[in-house]
Amino acid sequence: MEIPEELKYTEEHEWVMVEGDVATVGISDFAQDQLGDVVFVELPEVGEEVQVGKPFGVVESVKAVSDVYAPLTGEVLEVNDDLPDDPEMINTSPYGDGWMLKIRIADTAELDDLMDSDAYQAFIEG
Amino acid sequence: MKKTPLNRIHHESGARMVEFGGWEMPVQYAGVIAEHLNVRRAAGLFDVSHMGEIEVAGPQAFDFLQQATINDLAALVDGQVQYNALCYADGGVVDDLTLYRFDRQRFMLCVNAANTDKDFSWLRKLLAESPFSDLVLTDRSPEFAQLALQGPKAAQILARLTDLELAAVNTYWFAEGQVAGVEMIVSRTGYTGEDGFELYLPARAAETVWRQLLQAGAADGLAPAGLGARDTLRLEKGYALYGHELSADILPLEARLGWITKLDKGDFVGRQALLAAQAQGLKRNLIGLRLTGPGVPREGYPVLQDGREVGYVTSGTMSPSLRQGIALALVDRAAASGSVFEIAIRRRSVVAEKVKLPFV
Repeated sequence: MEIPEELKYTEEHEWVMVEGDVATVGISDFAQDQLGDVVFVELPEVGEEVQVGKPFGVVESVKAVSDVYAPLTGEVLEVNDDLPDDPEMINTSPYGDGWMLKIRIADTAELDDLMDSDAYQAFIEG
Repeated sequence: MKKTPLNRIHHESGARMVEFGGWEMPVQYAGVIAEHLNVRRAAGLFDVSHMGEIEVAGPQAFDFLQQATINDLAALVDGQVQYNALCYADGGVVDDLTLYRFDRQRFMLCVNAANTDKDFSWLRKLLAESPFSDLVLTDRSPEFAQLALQGPKAAQILARLTDLELAAVNTYWFAEGQVAGVEMIVSRTGYTGEDGFELYLPARAAETVWRQLLQAGAADGLAPAGLGARDTLRLEKGYALYGHELSADILPLEARLGWITKLDKGDFVGRQALLAAQAQGLKRNLIGLRLTGPGVPREGYPVLQDGREVGYVTSGTMSPSLRQGIALALVDRAAASGSVFEIAIRRRSVVAEKVKLPFV
C-alpha cells in the first residue's frame, strides 16, 4: 500500500497536498483498493465552497457508493475534469492522475487535524 | 458465518471476502470488471458451494414436485435440467431454482444459499399436507461443493480433465462422470449467459478440482471470478436474483417468469392466485433500463416517469461490457409501456431508456 510521505491524510482516507495556500485533494491508495473498480465520480463545481468534514463528492465502484469528505474548508479552484470520463484513474493513479480537486485553504489551523504518513499508516493498520 | 470447502484457498489467493446469505464468500480476486470481461472473452471459475442442493426421491417424486413447483415437469426427460420456482399459495415466490431429473423417482433441486433452510422446511410442510407418502426429502447441501466454470472457453478447458463427451451434454442437460478423477454431476448450465458448466462434487474433493481446473485452463486465460462479477454478468443478461427481482411479495408473472409459469399444467401451489392475478391484470412489470448519461443505478432508487414515481430499481450496476449504467426495475403496469424514464440518483434525476432484455 503506497502512502507518500509528503502528503497529509484524513480518517476518511482522503489525501492532501499543500502548496502555499492551495490544497490538492484525492483519495488514498488504501481507499481505492477497498472500493475496487471505480466507475463513477461526482465532483463539485469550481467556485463552490467546501466545508471541512462535509461530503464534497461521490466515488462509486461497481459494488459501492462512497462519499468523499472535504479535508479542509475552502473555495474550489479547480476540479479534475478528466475524471468523469476516466474514473478508473483513481485506481491506477490515486496520488497522480486520479487527483480530484484543488481548494484555496481558508483556515490553515485545520491542517493541524490532518495525519502525516506515519500516523495514517498506523491508522489503517488499526 | 458458514464457509465453503474452498475458503482457505480464497484467503490464500488474496480474494476479498464478504458475507453473502450467511456465507463468507469471495466477492473479487483481481477486480470485478476484469473478472467479468474475462468470463465474456475466455473463462472464469466461480466457487458457488453456498448454493443448496435438495434431493427429492421416491415413487411419487414426480407428482409431488409437479404440484410443488410452477414449471411443467412433464417437459423434462432423464438427464435434463429445468429452471423452475416454488410459489406460496398467494403466488409470491418462495425461491427460484434449477431442477435436475435423474429419473421419474429422483430429482435434485439447486436452490439459493440464503433460502436453503426455508425451501427445505417449505417442501417438508407441503409434503406433510399432501397425499403423497413414501417420499424422502434430503438437504444434501453440506455434502456438495459447487463450481461454475463459465465462458466461451469452458468446454475446451473441461474436456482436458474428463472423458465425458461434452458435445453430447447440451445446454440444460447434465451427465454424471469423472472430472480430474472425481465423480461428479456435470451440468451445462450457469448464471452468466455464457456457455459453461456447473459441477456438483464431493466437498472433500473441492480443493483438488479447483486447482486442477485452474491449471488446465491457464493457457486459455481461465481465472477465478467472484460474486461481484457473478452479479454483473447475470444482470447484463437480465436474469432474476432472489431478494431483488423475486420475493414473497413479487409474482413470477410480474418478474418476467411467465415462460416458466405453466398455468395449464394442472394444479400446483400458487396456481389459483396466479390465475386470479392474470385475470385482473398484473399491477407491475419488470423492465430493463439503460442510463443515457453517466451514473450508476442501484437497488431501491426510485424510477420516475414524467416526474411521477412509478416504481423502483430492483438491481442496478455499471455494465462492464457496455460501460453504461443498467438496471432492472419493477414499475407500474401502466407506465411499463413507456420508453423513457428517469432514475432518481441522490440529488438528481438521470434519464434512462427502456431497453429490450438482455442488455448484452
